[in-house]
Amino acid sequence: MPIREIDVSRISAVVTRLCMTANFNLGQDVTDALKAAVEKEESPLGRQILSALLENAVIAGRDRLPLCQDCGTALVFAELGQDVHVVGGSLDDAIGEGVRQGYRQGYLRKSVVGQPFSARINSGDNTPPVIHYDIVPGDTVKIALMPKGGGAENASRLAMLKPGEGETTITDLVVRVVSEAGGTACPPLVIGLGVGASLEKAAVMAKQALMRPVGSASQDEEVAGMERRILAEVNKLGIGPLGMGGSVTALAVHACVMPCHIASLPVAVNLQCHSARHAEAII
Amino acid sequence: MHTRQMHTPFHTEDILSLKAGDNLLLSGVMYTARDAAHQRWAETLEKGLPLPVGLAGQTLYYMGPSPAPPGRAVGACGPTTSRRMDRYTLPLLKQGIKAMIGKGERSPETKRDIENYGAVYLVTLGGAGALLAGRVKKVETICYPELMAEAVMRLEVEDFPAICAYDARGGDIFSLQTARYRRI
Repeated sequence: MPIREIDVSRISAVVTRLCMTANFNLGQDVTDALKAAVEKEESPLGRQILSALLENAVIAGRDRLPLCQDCGTALVFAELGQDVHVVGGSLDDAIGEGVRQGYRQGYLRKSVVGQPFSARINSGDNTPPVIHYDIVPGDTVKIALMPKGGGAENASRLAMLKPGEGETTITDLVVRVVSEAGGTACPPLVIGLGVGASLEKAAVMAKQALMRPVGSASQDEEVAGMERRILAEVNKLGIGPLGMGGSVTALAVHACVMPCHIASLPVAVNLQCHSARHAEAII
Repeated sequence: MHTRQMHTPFHTEDILSLKAGDNLLLSGVMYTARDAAHQRWAETLEKGLPLPVGLAGQTLYYMGPSPAPPGRAVGACGPTTSRRMDRYTLPLLKQGIKAMIGKGERSPETKRDIENYGAVYLVTLGGAGALLAGRVKKVETICYPELMAEAVMRLEVEDFPAICAYDARGGDIFSLQTARYRRI
């Protein structure tokens, strides 16, 4: 298999485009989920809010305005084909440059501060992004970008459960996290779950789960069953759209599951607001 | 649903007439402030100095916009989480703010302070920044420009949608509505 060369400038250009696409255009998956929620929602106020969110998506796409003023930290999942050779500079720098240009050209809000525990000075260009790399078979590079807002991220939690606790305790944890978040995380939510592996991997899996098209079930039938049952429990809470009461508190639960140590059951709960922005491209 | 047109800054009688759950369209003036501006105000007041902007009777909007594209007054401009401002709110109520606009619930202490000071807490559409951009007609930075999106800005709004979440008599739309749809 010959090695394919990809210049870093191509990667920057793709990241720039994805920053703008993700912030201006609500995905069809999210739009469809919100439309279905309008039909399901029992509260008239909840339906009014959901309709306004759909109107917001139309305006944002039409006027090329951000769906939400919180254009997020730029989270990047990069899958590098092992037959690819990235040339022309540092891949990290190329992704950072793509974010810098995308947030500048798109008039997106810059929300990243340096030295987070003290001076907290805005970096001015939304860099650095948070990048996760995977090495995969093949000769392509896949870039998935998620602008992740602060409100829902702040309400996310990680717990190291006991080995025997299982689905009931996971459900209780999710219900507690969603209850405590209330309206602050901008429901209706997409709930990302990372179950198993280790402390840090559970958190990454919860984020990866959020990259799936909204409402797509896990391919593992047992996991898919847990996703459905947790969603049903969360939607009994009554929190509703923007916390103003209603029967649709979450649009979907997505779980990623991995084996783990005999002593452990790590569970990460990553909340995603209704503005579930993500975009991807393959180079 | 019935919607009330109201002017900001609010008249005292308007504040007292608001009930949790009221649907509002606001026109007039409001000031933005979020975490960093609140922190600076708190430090200013702790030193016994006056605030750089008079807040008596005013409406605060917890918001940091995206930059205005050419030809527009403002970029996306939806609310941020109000709860983070709770620790700074009592001193600002003492300075005379009468209304706050944000998203999500407040702490029980802040809710009680809002009632005690005869103020109201409103929520607007979290995550609908593009829709709300059309309701903001003019933006002027008042202080702390170096904070960029977190600077204090004076907004002129027209038909800006909001819902009364906490009224000046302790009414609370969150607990009222959530209880109605709770099935656990």
